[in-house]
Amino acid sequence: MSLKGAGYIVGAWEHPTRKATDKSVTLLHAECAKGALDDAGLTKDDVDAYYCAGDAPGLGPMSMIDYMGLKVRHMDSTDVGGSSYQVAVGHALEAIATGRANVCLITLAGRPRSEGQATGTAPRAGSPAQPEMQFEYPYGPATANMYAMCATRHMHEYGTTSEQLAWIKVAASHHAQHNPHAMLRDVVTVEDVVNSPMVASPLHRLDCCVISDGGGALIVTKPEIAKSLKRPLVKVIGVGEAPKNQAGGAVDLVYSAARWSGPPAWEMSGIKPSDIKYASIYDSFTITVLMQLEDLGFCEKGQGGKFVSDGNLISGVGKLPFNTDGGGLCSNHPANRGGITKIIEAVRQLRGEAHPAVQVKNCDLAMAHGTGGSLGTRHVGSTVILERE
Amino acid sequence: MAIAAQRKIPFVGTVDTNPETKPFFDGCAAGKLVLPQCVATKKFIWYPRGISPFTLGPVEWKEVSGKGTVYTYSVMERANPPYCIAYVELAEGPKMMTNIVDIDFKDVKIGMNVKLKFIQTEGDGPPMPFFTPA
Repeated sequence: MSLKGAGYIVGAWEHPTRKATDKSVTLLHAECAKGALDDAGLTKDDVDAYYCAGDAPGLGPMSMIDYMGLKVRHMDSTDVGGSSYQVAVGHALEAIATGRANVCLITLAGRPRSEGQATGTAPRAGSPAQPEMQFEYPYGPATANMYAMCATRHMHEYGTTSEQLAWIKVAASHHAQHNPHAMLRDVVTVEDVVNSPMVASPLHRLDCCVISDGGGALIVTKPEIAKSLKRPLVKVIGVGEAPKNQAGGAVDLVYSAARWSGPPAWEMSGIKPSDIKYASIYDSFTITVLMQLEDLGFCEKGQGGKFVSDGNLISGVGKLPFNTDGGGLCSNHPANRGGITKIIEAVRQLRGEAHPAVQVKNCDLAMAHGTGGSLGTRHVGSTVILERE
Repeated sequence: MAIAAQRKIPFVGTVDTNPETKPFFDGCAAGKLVLPQCVATKKFIWYPRGISPFTLGPVEWKEVSGKGTVYTYSVMERANPPYCIAYVELAEGPKMMTNIVDIDFKDVKIGMNVKLKFIQTEGDGPPMPFFTPA
């Protein structure tokens, strides 16, 4: 059974906050849920399936379903970090296709900025029962230096440069100038990026995403319900999910899990990378974008540096407009997880509801790809392909 | 730049937290790098564990040479003191996460030969394997 077209995204809402000192994480989740339901023209009582991940406090769906007063018959809390929400879309499709759900609600929210987390630079000690913890934590693995080690190796194998990576931030900043909610709205240059302070070599401060509060929510529903609503039809035509890890010591840091999550999504959709009009690509760091673009097939392996240069990712300028809300690099990265905002901006583009300055003309096919976990150790990639019907 | 001060090395849990990894920590205490080897495939495994991720079959714990080359690295400039995290490709095959120490970090290069150095972790933690230029 193919999942192609089994579900439509009929509600997509992003919380406007970037600093929520006066709100709890659960309240942010619930506000996002309400926003997405209003966007779809549905109510809380229409929801019969709920999906969340590790950013939801308590015991995932149990706590959140109680808090929001939902009545559901299907739930899932697969936690694979920032790509959990692409995974949730795929799992919602499975539930719809098998008759176990009609209206699926997916939420994300968090407030790392208000809580003062040093998200990227401070190694975080987990439980020593986590199998790798005692063999990695002593070496100071922080988010930034894990992705930086991928960049070092990519530069070594393919000649990728800091200036090429910088073009990714430059493109994001060109888009963020039009987003009134974005944290970083100033347009930056390649020189600004490479001259910003080094955080974890070879990644500079401006190679990193922002740390923000906020959240988002999606409503995925079956075709009959989607067609009864008043919103433009955004059909899910491809999904894929895949893990990548250290493989028992056979570490290869120039690839991301997109190499394996992309192909099943492309195959299901029946389209190819050159058909995509707009791409939301997870952007925790500039190197994250570059490696995923290669691994999703937008260019040959090792050619990402050339592909992203000279504004090729800028809407209205280049061949592949990406992250037209400013993405994690400039707009927001709620709960340190950027997966859901990637889907939301793709939905805006397909509906023709992106900011006019960045709206892609005749945008009928889009992708939203997420990476959760750490590119330098273990992570999950998840790919969603969408079509405006 | 010069050689940075050695940061304090943290450790979580105790060497008994995951009992089957005791041979690794016993090796560290004796100044030896002891890793699990998959009995069926003869491949050495990183990180240490009591079962083979290649077969879900048994492992044997064996000392390795401690020789390797730098596969990749990053200097954490934002830390105080800075440190150089790396993956080292061991002569026996697996790549392990570590730090490159006792070197001016601007001299670290991919492919450079490195050798073992054990450094005591904080509190009651064990010595852990680090690498220096060979």
